[in-house]
This record gives sequence, C-alpha cells and structure tokens, in this order.
Amino acid sequence: MSRSLAGSPARRVGVVLAGALALVLASAPIAADAAGSDLDRVMGALAQRKTGHVSFTEKKFIAMLDRPVESSGELLYDAPDRLEKRTIEPKPEDLVLEGGVVSAQRGKHHYVLDLKQYPQVVPFIESIRATLAGDRASLERVFKVDFTGSFEHWTLGLVPLDSKLARTVAQIHIEGEKDLIHTVEIHEADGDRSLLTIGADVAP
Amino acid sequence: MTRTGRVATAVWAAFVFAATVVVVFAHYTTDLSAFLPRSPTATQRLLVDQLREGIASRSILIGVEGADSAERARISLAMGRRLRADPQFVAVTNGEPVGLDRDRELLFNHRYLLSEAVSADRFTPNGLRDAVQETLDLLASPMGMLAKSLLPRDPTGEMLQIIDQLGSERQPPSVDGVWTSRDGKRALLVVQTRAAGSDTDGQEGAVAAVRGAFSAAVAEVEAGGGGAAGRAPATLEMSGPGVFSVAARATIKQQVTRLSIVSTMLITLMLLWVYRSFRALVLGLIPVASGALAGIAAVALGFGSVHGITLGFGVTLIGESVDYSIYLFIQSQQRTSALWSTIRLGVLTSIVGFMSLLPSGFPGLAQLGLFSISGLVAAALVTRYVLPNLMPPILNIGDVTPLGTAVAAGLQRVKTPRALLLVIPVLAAVVLYTHRGPVWNHELSALSPVSKSDQALDAMLRSDIGAPDVSYLVVVSGPSQEAVLHAAETVDPALDALVEQKVISGFESPARYLPSLEAQRARQGSLPPDTELKSNLITALDGLPLQVDRLDPFLHDVEAARNQPLLTRKQLEGTSLATGVDALLLSDGTRWSALLPLRVPTTVAIDTVSIDIGRVHSGISKLALGEGVEAVVLDVKGEVDRLYSSYLSEALRLSLAGFAGIVVLLVIFLRSPARTARVVTPLVLAVLTVTAGLVLLGQQLTILHLIGMLLIVAVGSNYALFFDRRSNDPHAGSAPLTLASLVIANAATVLGFGVLGFSSVPVLSALGSTVAPGAFLALVFSALLAGSGPRESTPVAA
Repeated sequence: MSRSLAGSPARRVGVVLAGALALVLASAPIAADAAGSDLDRVMGALAQRKTGHVSFTEKKFIAMLDRPVESSGELLYDAPDRLEKRTIEPKPEDLVLEGGVVSAQRGKHHYVLDLKQYPQVVPFIESIRATLAGDRASLERVFKVDFTGSFEHWTLGLVPLDSKLARTVAQIHIEGEKDLIHTVEIHEADGDRSLLTIGADVAP
Repeated sequence: MTRTGRVATAVWAAFVFAATVVVVFAHYTTDLSAFLPRSPTATQRLLVDQLREGIASRSILIGVEGADSAERARISLAMGRRLRADPQFVAVTNGEPVGLDRDRELLFNHRYLLSEAVSADRFTPNGLRDAVQETLDLLASPMGMLAKSLLPRDPTGEMLQIIDQLGSERQPPSVDGVWTSRDGKRALLVVQTRAAGSDTDGQEGAVAAVRGAFSAAVAEVEAGGGGAAGRAPATLEMSGPGVFSVAARATIKQQVTRLSIVSTMLITLMLLWVYRSFRALVLGLIPVASGALAGIAAVALGFGSVHGITLGFGVTLIGESVDYSIYLFIQSQQRTSALWSTIRLGVLTSIVGFMSLLPSGFPGLAQLGLFSISGLVAAALVTRYVLPNLMPPILNIGDVTPLGTAVAAGLQRVKTPRALLLVIPVLAAVVLYTHRGPVWNHELSALSPVSKSDQALDAMLRSDIGAPDVSYLVVVSGPSQEAVLHAAETVDPALDALVEQKVISGFESPARYLPSLEAQRARQGSLPPDTELKSNLITALDGLPLQVDRLDPFLHDVEAARNQPLLTRKQLEGTSLATGVDALLLSDGTRWSALLPLRVPTTVAIDTVSIDIGRVHSGISKLALGEGVEAVVLDVKGEVDRLYSSYLSEALRLSLAGFAGIVVLLVIFLRSPARTARVVTPLVLAVLTVTAGLVLLGQQLTILHLIGMLLIVAVGSNYALFFDRRSNDPHAGSAPLTLASLVIANAATVLGFGVLGFSSVPVLSALGSTVAPGAFLALVFSALLAGSGPRESTPVAA
C-alpha cells in the first residue's frame, strides 16, 4: 500500500482543543497522585485480560458528508500485540495488526502497511492496542496521557507527543469501567472525528 | 634433410603462418549463443534473449547481515543513496519510499487515462452512484482515513483502482524503514544493472560497485557512531545471474590457470625424467601446438566464431596429440612404417568418433568435433612428416627399455585376472541396472559452476524478497509498441481469470504502467462534458450524504482530463513506472516484445515452484491479438532443461553412431572381426567400468562425462591398436619399447586429466574424473586382452 495521509495542517479546532487540554492539565496537579494510582489499577486490570472478542459499532463524522458514515463488526484481541478489526457492515473488511504491521483484506485486495513507514497511522492504532494491553509505558511513549475519573469509571485523554502526529490526530478519548473499554473517540486534527462503541462480548 | 622433408617443413611453416593469422583475427564469444540451437524456434530465441538480457538476468539480490537491525538499516540507506547515484544501475530498491511522491503525482494526474475502471458506464448517474457509494463505504472502513483526503477530487476512487492495479506485488516487510527478511536477520536490497546479464564485464563492474557501496556505507555508519564493540560486523551477501557468471568466470579462470600449471609441470617433469633431453621435450610440443592452432583456425573458418567452451574442452583433447611424439621418440629406433600405420589407424578411429559430433544441433558440440578432428589430423601429420626433419639424426633420449621390460614381466605374471575381465561387464550392468534414479542428469544446472551453498543463498534471498523467479513469462511480440501493448491489454483479462482460478497468483504487465494509446483514447472519450457530468452527478448523489458542490474539484479534474495529452513513455521518465515499463517492454529495432512475468501460486512451496503451463497456454491461445502479434508462454528453466536434455539425448545417439562407425572402420582396416573385437573390447570395458564407478559414487552423468567417454575411446584406441599390432605381428619391433611408450603416454594423459578431476568446477571435474581412470583402464584392459590372443613368444629380455 503506497498511499499515505495527506498531511493536513493543524486547524484551529485542534489548537483550541490542545489549549483547553493544557488548561485542564494545569488545573489538576493535586489529583495527580490519586489519578496515577487509579491509572495503574486500570492498566493492571486491563493487562490481566489476555484475549477479547467483542462487537463494535463505529460512527465517523466527516465534515464533507451531511451525516456520519457507520460501520459495525467485531474486534478480536490477543495480548500483547495482535488486534483484529473485522468490519462486517457496510462492506466486509478484515484489518489485522500484528507485530507492528497492519494487513488488510478488502474484497480481493490485500494490503500490508508497515507502521514504521506510516507513522501518521500509529496514534489510531497504538491508542487502542496499548490500552487493551494495559501497557502504560507504550501509551506514554506516544501520548501525553491524562487520566480522569476513578477505577470504576474512567476516561483516558491521549494527545500525541510528536508534533507531526498531532497534525493528523488532535486527541483521543477512551472511556471505560474497570477492565472494560466502552468507547474510543478519535478527534482528527481537521475536525473530523470517529466514535467507536464497544458492545457485548461475542460468544466464542 | 630429404627433399620431401624440406617440402613438408615449408608447407608446415606456411600453415603455421596462415593458421596464426586466422586465429588472431577470429571472433571469440563467451555468451550463451553456444547454447542456442543452430536453427532455433521463436521460443528458443526468446529464451536466449531472456537469459542474455532479460529483467531477471539484470537483477542483483543483496542481503546485509550482522551488526544490529538499526545499523543494517543505516547501511542499507547509505548503500541505496550511493547506488542510486551510480549510472551502472537502472533501479535500486530497498524499501525506502524514494520517488513515491513523484510516482503518486503522475498516477493521480493521469488517473482517468490509467484506471481500468474508466468506461462510459462509470459516468452515467447509476455508474457514478455505485462508484461514490463504494468510496463512502471505504470511508466507513478502517482504510477510510487514507481515502478521505482524496474524496473531493476523486470521489469515484480511480486512484485507489490504479493502486490496486499496480499494487499486487508483495513486498518484504520493512524494519527501520528498509526491507528486511522475515526472520529479521538481514536487510534486503534489489538492484537492476544497466548492463545485460550476458555482459560479464558489465556485471563484474556492477558487482564491484555494490561491494564498494557496502564498504563505504559501513565506514560511514561507523564514523557516525555505529558499530558498537563486541557485535558481529556487517557482512554483504549477493546473488543473481550476473553475480554467478562473474564468480563462475573468475573461478574457472583461476582453476584452469592453476590446474594447467600443475599438470603442465607434472607432465614436463615426467617427460624430462624419461627423455633426459630438454630438446626432445620442446620438439614434443610442436605437434601439440600445431594441432591447437589448426583446431582453432578450423572452427573459426567453419563456424564464423569460436566459443570459449570449445577452446576450454578442445585444448584438453589435444592431450592425445602429445602421445604421438612420445610414440615417435621412443619407438623410432624400430621399424617406423609399422608405427605409422598404427598411429594412422588410431587417428582415423578418433576422427570417426569425433565426426559423430559434427551434426549436433548444439553448436558447442559441433565446434568441439571439428576442433578435435582438425587438431588431431594436424598433430599427426606434423609428427609424421615434420618432426622427423627437425629431430637430430640421433636423438639422445634416456633408455626406457628397463621400464618396458619391467611392465612386460609384470604382465606375464598376471594371468588369472584375465578371466575376471568377463566379470566387469556383468558387474557394471548390475550396477547400472540396479541404480535407483536416472543415470543421466537432464538439467542444465548440473553443469552450473554455482556451488550448492550459493544456490541455497540465492533461494533464500529470493524468497525473502519475494522476487518473482521470472521463470515463467507470457511474451507478447508484435510489430510495434502500440500493437504489443494493445495485445497485452487483451491478454491481461485472460490472466486475471487464471488468477481467479489460482493457476497463477498474479502477473505483471507493461500495459498497467503504460496503457496503449487506443485504451487511453477510449478512456478519455468516455469522460462526459462538464454540464452532462454535473447533471449526472446531481442525480447520482440524490439520497447520499454528499453534496455536489463539495465535488467541484472532481468536475474540474475530469474536464481537464478530457483534453489532457495521452501518456507516453517520455512522461514516465524519472518515476519508478519508467523502470517497470523498460523492464517489461523490449525492442530489437524491428519487433517489440511485452513481457508478462507470472507469479507462482502462493499455495506452492518455494522449492517446488511450478505453474500449469498448459492451462496458461490454453487460457491465452485463442485470443485475437491483431495482425502479426503472437503470445507465447515461456517456462524459462523448463525450456533451458528441455534444450539441454535434447542436446544430451542427441549427443548420446550420435556417440553410439560414432562407436558403430569406429567398429566398421576397424573391420575394414584390420580385415578381421576377431581383431576388431580385441581392439574394441578393452575400450568398451573401460567406458563401462568408469560409468559404473561414477554412478556408484553417486554422480549423475552429464554431457561432459559423455565427452570424456569419447576421449577414452579416442586415446584408448591407440593403446589397443599397438597391442593388437604386437599380437598380430610378433616381429613388430621391441616389445619393451612399445610398452614403455604406451605407459609413458598413458601417464601423461592420466596426469593431465587427473589434475582436472580435482577441480570444483563441475565441467572440469566431470571431464577429469572420466578420462583419467578411463584412459588408465583402457591401457590395462588392452594389455590383459592382448595376452589372451594368439600367443607369440614375447621377447622378454631375460
């Protein structure tokens, strides 16, 4: 696959969001210790889960389109670094992340994408993978991680550390309860966003 | 000197002069033309073209091992930079996205000419709706983030269509930004040389340039702080046809030089020891040199050019001619007329044997036949008519009578084993009959000087890189570039169908990089005018979440494409598409060929690569390709093996015919079937024993072994004839002297070929390991069988 994202410049939305986030961060130093330990608890709980097989629905809000495009399917996870996104609607497509390489099967076509060659794709994937793996170190390598809430109900705010990556992904919100992830919301730098909602476990 | 002697010497001098002129001005070739049959079929010509200058012949596969992954990547990048700047290379790929932006821009700007999906239907309201819906579906998918930016200009997804068309190639995984083997142990690069594969000098330059780039890259990386202590240093591995031919040439040159120095020294020492005369030694070389000169000149005149192969093998055949002077010097004290009649029959026998090679369709063998015949005739004539004139009246050479006496005494003692001779053919027959697997190897690779470990390295790099073997091709040839591109566009869908049926896993086609003008014109013609497109689009988008005013860039681009100049080779310049087209589109000035390499089904393991050629053939054979255009399926390795195999079978048949000719000749000259049998039997026994021995040692026989067998017969017939003469004519001179001359001549042959047997180059060792034991056995069997004939009182000096 030789396509790459067109590097779109950071728009005002992204700047505003980043600014807002900086405010939030600046105003919450007192909670840092408690949040840190809760974050570790969540990460520890997530790390305990070695496999997962759940359904998902995803809505993408794209500025060019009048209404969001929707897709649904199943997510499969095997610790620590195999993640499969099996889209069923509207078009079957299979996306597998394994050992830093993404391969996709869509219709007759097979694509292989090396994350090293397409660093702009990394935040989309690493946010989910590292969270699922409970791998705080990996998360913090790529993102500025902001934890709010408690072990029972938490939100992770992720902002890419790399300014180049920030030009595609402004921030990511992951919401969950204990060792379960409920939603992953990705705000792209151009204002578009996607909302991934994780549903029930799929019986094996 | 007698009058005839003076005339003979003058004629010889004139001959040497004329032959030297011919030899100096002769044309020498080392390319694969020796393997091209004299009247090749179109397929065979294509085959040789492919081997000589095809894309596969120009590829060098490179692996960088050792160090660590990051350092290997830095070396690969540094090598890539250097090699890309080197005009010796047409393309250098190592996984870096070099020139991808330029490629992408060219593809995007010409998407309406390049996309196979572009047709009139595509731009009707229904067609547009389907195409846009497809793109919206893609936006919803995980791949969507890649498609989003293209939407306003390309809502029908032509760019993605083109990428799908082109992107069927599987690439190796990348680590640290460069191609890496699946096991992660080596960085991979592939370069294509400008020089053809058959241009060994050019390939040698390219190989040296790769080595140079590697050393420079290692130095650069180390200077940049890499190369931590205690780690294995980075090493370079290279493979590919060019690399092999460079290495093979170097090995053969080095071995031929070293081995011929060794054997020359051994033979010289032996002859000096025997003759104890430096003068005799030098004189003995005159027939040999004259024979070689005559052989080369005859081939140059008869074939127009002399092939390196002929020279290599031919000069060893001349080894027989050194025997003539040995016989002359040692036996000249005797009645020489008997000597000459025996030598004459020996030469005739060899001529009949080698004559069988002349009609061979394999020019290499035919040249070898002519070379041997002219060389032996010249050497014999010079020994007979010139050498005696140059010899002093009394040639003071050492007395070899004691040697002959000792041999004769030894032969006397060996009586019982004669019956054992009968056992030999039985044993040999048992060995050959019970041998599992074919005795003859019908694959050309059996002659390959490439070592097993190098072949394994090649297979490993090839599978790492996923490089198509280019063993299987569809070749479309026709009168013009446009004609073959157009025909390729007809063949492509047929091959697509074969991909569906999993007969092949994929293929490449130059028409994907550069569609025929006709196809481009048709695509351009199917683009509707601005107003029509807009109204179609409005209808198409009804109910879709996309507003037509968002797609103004699309309307603008289509309008521009309607008047865009068609894509030609010139516009591809500087992109990787140009490399693709140049590799797949060839012209010899009058005819054009489009190459469509086929990929082996992925279900098949690497070492059993094969494609059902019959199905490919029937898939494309019924297509109408246009005037003067044809498509051929080419299985390169299979075709090469078939060609070689046909040469081998033909050579076997011709050799048997030659053997029959020798029998007829002997019957005529000896006027006795019994004597003929006594001459022929030791030769047959020697050949059988050697063959059985080689098979027992696990050797598969090649065409070189066959040539070796011919040599056994050629050299051995002299021994048998001398023994026959002595058996038939008890007064034919001194037995010890005859015996001694035979032993010495035999020792020279065994030494010369025995040394060759130690070569690691298969062609040389095959020849050596056949002739050395064969010649020795021919002498032993001749001696033993002669003793069993009508007995004479052997004048053994007591």
